[in-house]
Amino acid sequence: MDIVTMLNDFGAMYLGLDGKLTLVMLLTRMGGGLIVTFQIFFITLIGSLPLGVLIALGRMSKIKPLAWLMRLYISFMRGTPLMLQLMAIYFIPYYLFGVKLSFLDIGPYDLGPIHIEIGWVMTACCIGFILNYAAYFAEIYRGGIQSIPRGQYEAAEVLGYTNGQTFMRIVLPQVIKRILPAMGNEVITLVKDTSLAFVLALAEMFTVVKQIVASEVSMVPFILAALVYWGLTMLAEFALSRIEKHYAYYHD
Amino acid sequence: MSETKTLVDLQHARKSFGDNEVLKDISIKVEKGEVLAIIGPSGGGKSTLLRCCTLLETLDGGSLSFGDCVVSRDEDGCAVYGDKATLARARTHFGLVFQNFNLFPHYTVMKNLIDAPITVQKTPKEDAVKKAFELLKKMGLEGKENMVPCELSGGQQQRVAIARALMLDPDVLFFDEPTSALDPELTKGVLRVIRSLAEEHMTMVIVTHEMKFARDVADHVIFMDGGVIVEQGLAKDVIDNPQHERTRSFLYNEE
Repeated sequence: MDIVTMLNDFGAMYLGLDGKLTLVMLLTRMGGGLIVTFQIFFITLIGSLPLGVLIALGRMSKIKPLAWLMRLYISFMRGTPLMLQLMAIYFIPYYLFGVKLSFLDIGPYDLGPIHIEIGWVMTACCIGFILNYAAYFAEIYRGGIQSIPRGQYEAAEVLGYTNGQTFMRIVLPQVIKRILPAMGNEVITLVKDTSLAFVLALAEMFTVVKQIVASEVSMVPFILAALVYWGLTMLAEFALSRIEKHYAYYHD
Repeated sequence: MSETKTLVDLQHARKSFGDNEVLKDISIKVEKGEVLAIIGPSGGGKSTLLRCCTLLETLDGGSLSFGDCVVSRDEDGCAVYGDKATLARARTHFGLVFQNFNLFPHYTVMKNLIDAPITVQKTPKEDAVKKAFELLKKMGLEGKENMVPCELSGGQQQRVAIARALMLDPDVLFFDEPTSALDPELTKGVLRVIRSLAEEHMTMVIVTHEMKFARDVADHVIFMDGGVIVEQGLAKDVIDNPQHERTRSFLYNEE
C-alpha cells in the first residue's frame, strides 16, 4: 500500500472525508497556500524590521515635525484594522489613478508544482503588512533604544565614534538583545495575521482552507489549518529561543 | 630646563542648569606630566567641570583649548564652540574614565579595547591587538581578553576602562570618581594602576574622594565648592595644611 492510499484511507476512516475530497488532495491544496503564507511572512519581516528602525529614529528625532509625523503614522497604523488597511492599499491604484486592478494582476508564477504570487494582490498585501508591522516594531525599538544607559553614548562620544557608528556598533546590538521577547510576540502574531490576506482573496493557506470548507461542507480543513498555524508558531518560538541563546553570552 | 607645555587650558568657565549656577568663573590649567586632583563635596561642580572639559556638556561662557586645538572661545561672556571637525580633533587629545566604567557590555575585553582605534582612528587590527595585549598586561588583566565585562569584578572593569582610554594615546586622561563605585579592596587595584601611570608622567585630571591618594599622587589639588575654586595649590599643602575654613571643615569634619 503506498503512502497516498494510506493517507486517503486515514482521511476517509477518521476524518470523514468522502471520495470527492481525499486527504491528499486537501493537503496538497493547503501546501500550495502555505507557500504563499511563507511569502507574506518573510517579505513582511524583511521589509518591516529595517523600516521600523527608521520610523523609531524619526519618532525620536529632534526635528519636531518629523517626530510628530511619525507619531501620527504609528497611531494610525496601530489604531485602524489591518484588514481595512490591506483593502485600502489594494484599491489605491483604482481610486487614485483609475488603474483597472485586473490589469495589475499578472497571476501566479509557476515553478513546477509551486505557485509563487507576484501580482498586485500580493504586492498590496505585503505593502500593507510591512507598513502595519513597522509601526509596531518602531515602538518596540524605541523602548529598547531608550533603555540603553546614557553612559554608553557618552563613552562612545568621548572615544570619538560618530553618531552613526555609535548607533550601529554600540546601541543597536544591545537593543536587539533587550527587545527579543517583545519581538517574539509580534513575530508569532504575524504568523497568524497572514490569514488576513483572505480579504484580498490572496491564495494563502487560510483563504484556500475557507474555500474548501465552503465547498465541501467539512470542518476538517479548519482543524488541520489550526494545527499547521500552531506548528508554525512553535517553529518561530524555537527560532527565537535560538537567537536569545545567541545573545545570552553577556548580561548588563 | 624643560619648558612646560599647557595641555588643558580652561578660562572663566561658566555653566548653569536652569537657575542653578554650577560653575562660576572657573579657570584651570594643566601642564604636561602634571597630575591634578579635584576634590570637594558632592554638588560642588567637580563632575560638571570634568564633563565640560570632556565636551559632554557645553559651557555657557569661557574658553577651552587642548594645546593649540581651540574648542571654545569666550566672546562677550559667551562660549563660542568650534565646528564638528574641531571638536572631533579635540577629542583625540583626551580620554575619560567614568565612575561606572561604561564598558560596552556586548563586546569582549579585547573588542572593547580595539574597536575604537580600528573604527575611529583606522589603526590596523594587528597593531591595535598588540597594543591591547601590552596594556592588559600593564593593568594586571592578562588572560582576560576573551571575557565580557559582566564576568569581571568592578575593579577589573575599571582597569579595562582605563586601558580602553589609553588605547587612543590621549595627551591627558580625565577620571570622574574612578573608585566611587568600588569597595575598598577593589579600589586599591585601580589606584595602583593610576599611580603607576603617574610615575610614567601621564598627564591626569582626577576627581576623587580618596584624600590620601590625592595627597600622595597628585601634584596639585583644587578644592571646589558651590561652583567656585575655594582653594588650590600643591597637593600636600592643600590637604595637610588647608588655609581656607571651608576646606578644613570638609577635610577634617570640623564644625
